[in-house]
Amino acid sequence: MRATDLINHSYIALRAGRVRSFLTMLGIAVGIAAVVVLTAIGEGVQRYVLKEFTQFGANLIAVMPGKTETFGVSGAMVSNVRPLSLDDARSLERLSGIEAVVPVVQGNASVEAGRMSRRSMILGVGSRVPDVWSMHPALGRFLPGDDFTAARGYAVLGSKMSEELFPGRSPLGERVRIGSESYRVVGVMERKGQMLGFDMDDTVYIPISRAMAMFDRESLMEIDLLYSAGLSSGPVAERVKRHLKDRHGGEDFTVVTQDQMLEVLGDILGVLTIAIGGLGGISLLVGGVGILTIMTITVNERRGEVGLLRALGARKRQVLTLFLLDAVTLAGMGGLIGLGLGIGLALLVGILLPALPVSISWFYAAMAEIIALLVGLASGVAPALHAARLDPVQALRAE
Amino acid sequence: MIRLEGIDRSFQVGGEWVHALREISLEIPAGDYVAIMGPSGSGKSTLLNVIGLLDRPDRGRYLLGGVDAAGLTEEGRADLRRDKIGFVFQSFHLISRLTAAENVELPLVLAGTEPRVREARVAELLQQLNLSDRARHRPDQLSGGQRQRVAIARALAMRPAVLLADEPTGNLDLTSGREVVEILEGMNAKGITLLVVTHDPAIGGRAHRRIRMVDGLVEEGA
Ligand SMILES: Nc1ncnc2c1ncn2[C@@H]1O[C@H](COP(=O)(O)OP(=O)(O)OP(=O)(O)O)[C@@H](O)[C@H]1O
Ligand SMILES: [Mg+2]
Repeated sequence: MRATDLINHSYIALRAGRVRSFLTMLGIAVGIAAVVVLTAIGEGVQRYVLKEFTQFGANLIAVMPGKTETFGVSGAMVSNVRPLSLDDARSLERLSGIEAVVPVVQGNASVEAGRMSRRSMILGVGSRVPDVWSMHPALGRFLPGDDFTAARGYAVLGSKMSEELFPGRSPLGERVRIGSESYRVVGVMERKGQMLGFDMDDTVYIPISRAMAMFDRESLMEIDLLYSAGLSSGPVAERVKRHLKDRHGGEDFTVVTQDQMLEVLGDILGVLTIAIGGLGGISLLVGGVGILTIMTITVNERRGEVGLLRALGARKRQVLTLFLLDAVTLAGMGGLIGLGLGIGLALLVGILLPALPVSISWFYAAMAEIIALLVGLASGVAPALHAARLDPVQALRAE
Repeated sequence: MIRLEGIDRSFQVGGEWVHALREISLEIPAGDYVAIMGPSGSGKSTLLNVIGLLDRPDRGRYLLGGVDAAGLTEEGRADLRRDKIGFVFQSFHLISRLTAAENVELPLVLAGTEPRVREARVAELLQQLNLSDRARHRPDQLSGGQRQRVAIARALAMRPAVLLADEPTGNLDLTSGREVVEILEGMNAKGITLLVVTHDPAIGGRAHRRIRMVDGLVEEGA
């Protein structure tokens, strides 16, 4: 039998039972649509989170005290660790391939301006924050490049901090009290939003050495490095590691590149996307059961036809193929309807809920369609085999 | 030529065995016109199914055009059936979702015949059976006689050597019945071997040869 005739035969059969075919396809369509929409949301969230992470600049390497296999565990938990010092930061600045260094110390303190007061996050940093973190002042300028140890009492406010302390006026040149010290405001940062739960806008940036004194710290919490564009993170991270090992006499620190972070994050979110895609896949299974049911009924109804086909000289295999194709066509067309439905729904979600990032994954859409075809094949096998094995004489008597 | 030697066929119904064909030996030369008659349940349809290679005898030898059916595989029998045998049934067995032309075309489609050849053959058959103006009609839009003519056209599509008709007029009124018989006889006149199972003595009387079956046994003549 010719391929076009096979397809035509299935098409005529499905068209003849329009309502039934459509309802059966709907089962598969819902499954496919679910997979498409859910993975579109998953993929969108993934991209959104990754973008959140890269908004603080690319080509970043972070050095943290303490040796850990995964990041997140503080060096304070490990004994006989040499802390990261300002000298470490300074020496890294001279390493080839390193463009800029930001030493970081973070704490909480109350910030006062006139009668206004606000307790919030204080970040002790170096002058290169605009380059390393891709954050720029909206007003004035960032902290000057004073030597770490002789830094002047200048402060830069986050945008929210500025609005709270100096509502409706420019804070430039004004004085604020942080802890027991007085600082002059030299700049206000552009709005940046939340970053992993930290409100970067409700922050005051002061020179690192003053922050260390304020929080009574001998060492740094982190050193962020910006390496030259065009270099790849691996070798640069190696160089940083070797350099610090020489200084410390051992590897008592952790070097994390942004690429590594993104990779781990991407993996986690990817698994999440697959998981919710699988959830949609379960409804595909239900659609498959629908096809199995309807094909079983169809074969039973068409027993006389099976007998006739055999009387006309059709081989068992041919009967099998014809019924299998019916099932696969049902599933395939259901899948296409589901793709259309899913893409439409995903776009609609994108329009109605702009906050929820949606990004249609063509990979998962194609996978879903292939799975639909496989589901059709799987659910068609038993009924088709049954049809092929019917005794032609008995089948002819059925009508 | 059809040749049966000592063909036996029984069915198990419940716990009992029904002997549908007993020791049937029969020789039907090519081009013959045979009427098979006999009471209900005497084994006429079973005999036709064995001859049409739809059913396998439990015992005995069956030769169709010199080929021993026993030596054929399932596929081999399907192919031989496709190429040599045409079936006509009492209940027509047309596919209701296909048009008359598509029903006639079905054996050619199953055989993988080229569409151009198919089209020509179908048109020719429909004309021959006076159905040209009904080509696009579905079975439920046709009269009983027209339906049986479509079924005959379908049986002829592969240009078979043998036409097996099991009570082809059983569901038809007198006029359409006579028409159908005349068409079948016309085919026989062109050389096709024709076997007709019938309860109608008038049709039986027109055949070249009559076989009477009783309880699975063949009585020649009568
Ligand atoms: N598939 C089957 N299973 C069980 N018994 C069968 C089967 N086919 C035929 N028989 C039995 O074999 C006997 C002959 O049946 P067959 O159909 O050949 O009779 P028939 O002469 O065609 O009768 P009718 O004139 O009513 O069509 C009957 O007793 C019937 O019940
Ligand atoms: Mg019968």
